[in-house]
Amino acid sequence: MTHYSLGDEPSDRFLDRFRLDERFPHILCPGCGIGTAMATLVRTLQELGRDPTKLCVVSGIGCSSRVPGYLDCDTFHTLHGRSLAAATGVKLARPDLEVIVFGGDGDTLAIGGNHFIHAARRNLDLNVFVINNRTYGMTGGQYSPTTPTHDIAATAPWGNCERDFDICFMARAAGAMFVARSTTYHVAHLKKMMKLTLTKTGFSVLEIVSQCPTLYGRHQRIGDGVAMLKWMKEKSVDVGKVKDPWGESERFVIGVLHDREEVLPYTKLYQQVREKAAGEQR
Amino acid sequence: MTPQLLSGNEACAIGGLRAGVRFFAGYPITPSTEIAEYLARELPRVGGTYIQMEDEIGSICCISGATAAGLKAMTATSGPGFSLMQEGIGYSVMAELPCVIVNVMRGGPATGSPTRSAQADVMQARHGTHGDHPMVVVCPWSVRECFDLMVMAVNTSERLRMPVVVLTDEIVGHMRERVELPKTPETWRPANPKRPPETYEHYGDETNYDSRIASFGEGYRIHLTGLVHRHDGFPSDDPEVIKWNLDRLHRKVRDNESWLWDLTFEDLGADTVIVCYGSTARSALAAKRQFERKTGRTVGFLRLRMVWPFPLRRLVSLLRSTRRVIVPEMNMGQLNRSVERAVSPDVPVIPVLRYDGEMLTPEEIIDAL
Ligand SMILES: Cc1ncc(C[n+]2csc(CCOP(=O)(O)OP(=O)(O)O)c2C)c(N)n1
Repeated sequence: MTHYSLGDEPSDRFLDRFRLDERFPHILCPGCGIGTAMATLVRTLQELGRDPTKLCVVSGIGCSSRVPGYLDCDTFHTLHGRSLAAATGVKLARPDLEVIVFGGDGDTLAIGGNHFIHAARRNLDLNVFVINNRTYGMTGGQYSPTTPTHDIAATAPWGNCERDFDICFMARAAGAMFVARSTTYHVAHLKKMMKLTLTKTGFSVLEIVSQCPTLYGRHQRIGDGVAMLKWMKEKSVDVGKVKDPWGESERFVIGVLHDREEVLPYTKLYQQVREKAAGEQR
Repeated sequence: MTPQLLSGNEACAIGGLRAGVRFFAGYPITPSTEIAEYLARELPRVGGTYIQMEDEIGSICCISGATAAGLKAMTATSGPGFSLMQEGIGYSVMAELPCVIVNVMRGGPATGSPTRSAQADVMQARHGTHGDHPMVVVCPWSVRECFDLMVMAVNTSERLRMPVVVLTDEIVGHMRERVELPKTPETWRPANPKRPPETYEHYGDETNYDSRIASFGEGYRIHLTGLVHRHDGFPSDDPEVIKWNLDRLHRKVRDNESWLWDLTFEDLGADTVIVCYGSTARSALAAKRQFERKTGRTVGFLRLRMVWPFPLRRLVSLLRSTRRVIVPEMNMGQLNRSVERAVSPDVPVIPVLRYDGEMLTPEEIIDAL
């Protein structure tokens, strides 16, 4: 079996444990950032010493949602927008499993927006990685809830007249315990943020700003994958260097944006319900 | 065992619980809410989980997660919620995940008549989700049968690895009867997956339904998808695989039709036979008895406990000598079309339909006799 390397040295053996080589080559376009995010996730899991038999990665539908299909652990490719609802079921049934949700901005915030809000509100102990490529990649570059106003998309040929969401702001408002942002340019930073997300208890969200040169970069005339990486580098600013991390609309504020004192996650609270129910007649 | 006064909805909840259901995800909707309320109280007592989701789409998808992680799960809803669940039902068919959906029918379309009864979702229960798919749908007529068919639905869905719909209606759901329910009904106890994780293929087992499939967190590292997939669960759009996958889904039901089909009958030697299901079968049986007492002429009675897969071949043989068929339904005519296919074209199949939210009366059926 050919060993395909994800931007690493071919001798990079530590990727093997979480990745299914026989599923390669993958479906992603040249220059796409999703592969970088996937490789970084695999490396993070490896470094954290996570057990692939105690891990379930759940996704919806979209390019980003194809990632679980390349991972060697329990993987759950559900319906478009429904990853968080399905992950809720997995986590409630098996609270001992680590559950990761991986998906695109459309999947998580448009069709899945309601599930996102309520999973955050319930404080389920889930790790949610949202690839924000500002477009619907899988269906050909239509505008998404994170496409900025005036941008061009396949369904906004005259410019997008809608306003875009700030994924992190929304996650915090809905009750997430931990919220961070990184990009596929800042790979070391991305790994650090992934580690933090995975070690936090409760609903944790990491927005991963990523490049879609084929459908977003081309429409915006930013250029190919490399040009888009440079563009992300220039547009990013560390959270420590801005006055108000929530007030930036032109730049990507990267780093930990919200890290609140932990409250009991849903599964623990429901365990209390069970104990109460077992002891009382009603 | 002590007799209890229970509603059909409560009996559905108890049936699920005693058949081993340990997970419920749902969203409140009349006339099904008593099922959710009963399980919200009882599930945590037995270590199970009740969760009220943000909508019915979330409910059915949440259930697919719980069953993929190894629990027996159910939900309960009514028309509008059942419509929202359709895509998720298709997912469970495709990924071969068991689950039981109770649809306590009310009048539609849209919000319709929430507190009235109807049997208007018979076709939706069969064809509601897109794509060619098999479906198993049972239809109880009494409180006791809500329990029995619920147990049967849980067992069947586990065994065939697919969703099963329990189709009741406002009448059956809210009606109270004195019943004695078995504490430990017979449940399906499958063997563990036949192969170890190294050689395990999630859809490798073609014809045998005596072992269960692996769940998340057991070390099998399975991949579940709603895409067409190969034996190992990974997606493919190879025409051969597409055909294999769809044939496999249908074969499961076709191969097991003989034990799935479930109907009761009496006096099929009579010229006229009433073919019925669910709450209207109660009026139909009363009509038969009253008519016979009044006229001295016998009327045949055939009640479907399972409406889908439609027991066509059985009906063909049971209705061989029938001269006339009456099909009472609380809708504008849904199952009568399938009954027509079971008799020769010169045998009239007369629908007796009511769709004003009121129960079809025995008198209305007698008029047609
Ligand atoms: C119910 C439903 N509606 C629409 C689609 C079509 N669809 C597939 S992926 C997708 C959008 C994907 O965009 P995003 O979630 O941002 O992920 P990306 O492909 O950009 O990674 C859409 C609209 C679908 N599969 N299901």
